Amino acid sequence: MLRVDFRRALPDFALDIRFEAGSGITALLGRSGAGKTQTINHLAGLLRPDSGRIAIDERVLFDSARGIDVAPEKRRLGYVFQEDRLFPHMTVAGNLKYGLGLVPAAARRISLDEVIGLLGIEALLERRPRRLSGGERQRVAIGRALLTSPDLLLMDEPLANIDPPRRAEILPFIERLRDQLGIAIVYVSHNMAEIIRLADDVALIDRGRIVTHGPVEDVMSRLDLRPLIGRHDAGAVLVARVAEHDPVDRLTRLTSAAGELFVPRMDLAIGAEIRVRLRSRDISLSLEEPGANSILNRFRGRVVAIHDEEGAQGDVEILAGDGARIWARVTHRSIRTLALAPGTEVWAMIKSVAIDRRSLGRAGPARD
Amino acid sequence: MTPLEIEALSLSLKVALWSVLGVLLPGTALAWLLARRNFPGKAVLDALVHLPLVVPPVVVGYLLLVLLGRRGPLGAALYDLFGVTLVFSWQGAAIAAGVMALPLYVRAVRLSFESVDERLETAARTLGAGRLRVFATVTLPLIVPGLLTGVVLAFARALGEFGATITFVSNIPGQTRTLPLAIYSALQSPDGEAAALRLTILSVILAFAAIAASELIARRYGRALES
Repeated sequence: MLRVDFRRALPDFALDIRFEAGSGITALLGRSGAGKTQTINHLAGLLRPDSGRIAIDERVLFDSARGIDVAPEKRRLGYVFQEDRLFPHMTVAGNLKYGLGLVPAAARRISLDEVIGLLGIEALLERRPRRLSGGERQRVAIGRALLTSPDLLLMDEPLANIDPPRRAEILPFIERLRDQLGIAIVYVSHNMAEIIRLADDVALIDRGRIVTHGPVEDVMSRLDLRPLIGRHDAGAVLVARVAEHDPVDRLTRLTSAAGELFVPRMDLAIGAEIRVRLRSRDISLSLEEPGANSILNRFRGRVVAIHDEEGAQGDVEILAGDGARIWARVTHRSIRTLALAPGTEVWAMIKSVAIDRRSLGRAGPARD
Repeated sequence: MTPLEIEALSLSLKVALWSVLGVLLPGTALAWLLARRNFPGKAVLDALVHLPLVVPPVVVGYLLLVLLGRRGPLGAALYDLFGVTLVFSWQGAAIAAGVMALPLYVRAVRLSFESVDERLETAARTLGAGRLRVFATVTLPLIVPGLLTGVVLAFARALGEFGATITFVSNIPGQTRTLPLAIYSALQSPDGEAAALRLTILSVILAFAAIAASELIARRYGRALES
């Protein structure tokens, strides 16, 4: 368990950071300039807090009260930077072995062969970094950090400098770190899809402060954080379970607290837990049970509140199914015509195609 | 070649080699300080290092004489403690050549220190390497091209050094008469034109050989980085 509680005055703003990160992936989410990278640089020992304490379990990395400030090379934290930062004068193998050689044999928790297999880089070993693609380089950088057998892995937007189509090549490898190695990761990002796919917990950071911190589903469902999370992506994040595959229509039926969902067929075992996102702009409302129409997914629910937004639309908050909180973005005119008010029974309709496949990610391993 | 030519040539090589060897450590340290550190008096140190580049070599030679001569503060101490006299000796000539070569070396190496991406050094720290190891395994290998350039410049400058040498250690055959001094001496004698010409050709060949050798090494190293 990483426990962070420190303060630091910087020229532009002050960092006041307090959060904890257990096993699995904790995402540090925030807009650019919010202080994400500075925060993990303080964890890594590259920057020094004015005061506070940083510790992993019983191992104290920094404690201003006791005058402890462990040097970066002694913190046993792996750091994957936004740019790969591979050593240009060494081969891929040389880069991988750089940190490995500095770890006493008894303290090694992962072997070179394991890392090479995990990241699929066996064909690259003799090459120089400049001969690699961006995605390959970042995979080598992840491997290099893993081979130091760190207690915790820091990742600073590892996909930010990679072309969007290539990002899909790396995401599965990061999922493998989470699911196969079980290593704790602090993952900096401002990309919603990435976080929903990868993270277990989110710490939301704004102007140098951790605004909230908790499981992804909870943080994403908080309306008051919309301005920080981003309007376009706003919506409910639900845990769903694979219930059935329909080979004829090539659909997969999911169950969730909100109700049943049909999505394009997914290659997952029955019972597998996934995470789905229902964006509020993809949900429309009806007072009666919708008749014949092409929309497959519909939930019965009750309006809890109506949040006025500037512009033509408002957010209608609905408790659907067994109490799952979802939002529908509808025009003020519709709110008036349908006489929507707290207590109104409604049907929420979600086009199955509107469930963004990229946002379907496996939920992390059981949290302790 | 005549025995005198061989003597001047080997003396020149010896003086230049030793002066470059002497410059390596303090020159690299100075370059690192100027490139990476901020401290009070940095501008003064910078100016001091560059002094030999801007004042006439004779002035440098004279300052060395004042400082390291038998009655100079440093020279007297050297003589009293170790019985060493630098004046009129090839070691003195190497010191004069080294002081003249230092700024060129520092400039080249400082530039390459500045061109090293410090983020790579930070990455090495997070991988478990202490400062010294980072310097030896990341910084140093990355500045090798700059070091080579610095060595070649320093070597060439040392080979051609004249003013500071003749002022500090005089022009003694077999002791301090390097190629440039030998050319000068030849020109002073009534029929030394032919000898001077031969010595000049010798100097040119020597300079070309040095540059060719450094190019070869640099290219090899560059290829190793490319593959």
